[in-house]
Amino acid sequence: MKCLVTGGNVKVLGKAVHSLSRIGDELYLEPLEDGLSLRTVNSSRSAYACFLFAPLFFQQYQAATPGQDPLRCKILMKSFLSVFRSLTMLEKTVEKCCISLNSRSSRLVVQLHCKYGVRKTHNLSFQDCESLQAVFDPALCPHVLRAPARVLGEAVLPFPPALAEVTLGIGRGHRVILRSYQEEEADSTVKAMVTEMSIGEEDFQQLQAQEGVAITFCLKEFRGLLSFAEPANLSLSIHFHAPGRPAIFAVEDSLLNGHFVLATLSEPYPHSQDLRSPELCRPAPQLQAHSTPHLDDFANDDIDSYMIAMETTVGNEGSRALPSISLSPGLQPPCSPGPHSEEEDEAEPSTVPGTPPPKKFRSLFFGSILAPAYSPQGPSPVLAEDSEGEG
Amino acid sequence: MKFRSKIVDAACLNHFTRVSNMIAKLAKTCTLRIRPDKLNFILADKVANGGVSMWCELEQENFFSEFQMEGVSAENNEIYLELTSENLSRALKTAQNARALKIKLTNKHFPCLTVSIELLSVSSSSRIVTHDIPVKVIPRKLWKDLQEPAVPDSDVSIYLPVLKTMKSVVEKMRNISNHLIIEANLNGDLNLKIETEIVCVTTHFKDLGNPPLASENASQARNPEQMAEVHVDIRKLLQFLAGQQVNPTKAVCNIVRNKIVHFDLLHEDVSLQYFIPALS
Repeated sequence: MKCLVTGGNVKVLGKAVHSLSRIGDELYLEPLEDGLSLRTVNSSRSAYACFLFAPLFFQQYQAATPGQDPLRCKILMKSFLSVFRSLTMLEKTVEKCCISLNSRSSRLVVQLHCKYGVRKTHNLSFQDCESLQAVFDPALCPHVLRAPARVLGEAVLPFPPALAEVTLGIGRGHRVILRSYQEEEADSTVKAMVTEMSIGEEDFQQLQAQEGVAITFCLKEFRGLLSFAEPANLSLSIHFHAPGRPAIFAVEDSLLNGHFVLATLSEPYPHSQDLRSPELCRPAPQLQAHSTPHLDDFANDDIDSYMIAMETTVGNEGSRALPSISLSPGLQPPCSPGPHSEEEDEAEPSTVPGTPPPKKFRSLFFGSILAPAYSPQGPSPVLAEDSEGEG
Repeated sequence: MKFRSKIVDAACLNHFTRVSNMIAKLAKTCTLRIRPDKLNFILADKVANGGVSMWCELEQENFFSEFQMEGVSAENNEIYLELTSENLSRALKTAQNARALKIKLTNKHFPCLTVSIELLSVSSSSRIVTHDIPVKVIPRKLWKDLQEPAVPDSDVSIYLPVLKTMKSVVEKMRNISNHLIIEANLNGDLNLKIETEIVCVTTHFKDLGNPPLASENASQARNPEQMAEVHVDIRKLLQFLAGQQVNPTKAVCNIVRNKIVHFDLLHEDVSLQYFIPALS
């Protein structure tokens, strides 16, 4: 395999490596006839990412030495990343990047041709490997969101960097809601701040999902893809299913495409059930009637709905008295279970109702094409399927 | 108990954001006291936080375009909330390009101070960010611990030098010692001193000026050259100095010999008092 990347595309390649490095420790490099594929999977196998660079992306692209089978290899992410570590250096000094792989030397050679005739050669050792291929099909997902990456980038900006997961859903008025996901803990005396972002439908290029659907996924990987897509001004589409089924995040242009497949949280908590319905819808109740909300709507809410019915008279035990707070009826979470709860119950008969189950990303995306009834139970050790026979 | 307020002016919003950033630097958790005319950020002196206390006060009129509150009762028209100050400052950080910001007391599974921000976006659509900051409503019997601390009868009262200079001096001293001696006299001299077995370092500030004394008391009879000194934990002082992003319009240091040092700052219309107890 031999390929030559020139000009601004070197930085694009570098950015892709940066965003892959947020997921896995190993990089799978596979030269295919329809382009060079870079793939990775995280250690818990809950996140898979791949980029495919079309032959046109390269100045010169040769998948295999004529008369030989194409080689594929697995290298340490760390060592490949170190070649592309400094993006400003790539932009300012690198003119060409040549990646070649041949079986004789057992080395993946990355050569950076820099200004002033400086040439940096990295000889990376690699391992032969099977092809890493997650099974997913965006076309099978009933719900699709598509927006410029910048919109989604701005949407995740208010969330703290330490936040692990975020819930994405459709609220009332078809507004897209992102909300920090809070793990319920037994001794939840210290509550964390909950942040919620609500974006109007008009900022999306495509919004094919009904109100009330919601999924929870890891923010870190999503931010990784955004960091690639945002500077490139790409549109990002999110394809998803019910909670627990993998969500597919895709970017595409004429020269490349990227797919991130992330597991979503399968177990809606008692609380997150209502997150799917009223909570998610609440931020924009007054926006429903008007297609273009304006300032007055923002100001126009009724103070009584924010009243706290709490007595703090002398002798009251303060925070100890909190359980006796009477919620105003509007805030009472409804008891109607979500549309997926029966399915969840079937899949996990051992779950005692009322006990908050441990958080887990049950869904392994490799099983995504299986019917729900056959989906693996619990954190199963299913790994990538062998696909040796794949051409 | 109700509280709802709104800021629409960008300058007011920036100013309020600066105040909340300062509070976040000074205190991990603080009490927010809401009254019809004023807001206070309070850190009460507890042994747990080293006896440091803070009293920050601002007039709501100077910030809010709308301000409605209803306290526990007509005669106790106040609300006391305990919150993590970093949460507030982080919530306000997202309000950089806000068209409007609302702060409300709400109840969502638990009592919250809800900060909702209407953002300006490029398209015509509106984006709304909501932060639910969990708060603890403080019962009335604990209010007495959260009243404005009495300003001590000081031995020496002196204007402070530029706080940035003071901060860089104290930062360097911090590397050498954990204790710092602040001493000042009525002649406008202020010394910051550290003493260890190996080295003694003193930084002298001169001609700082002394505010006129409010009362005719014993210190009037003092020799103006005589120093009043106080030993403090250098980290506490540094924390206070690091919290000051903007040089205040007025900064006074009051020293009660071997007891307490009291800083009194005025930032435009926000006043901040900070008390650091002396090390015994």
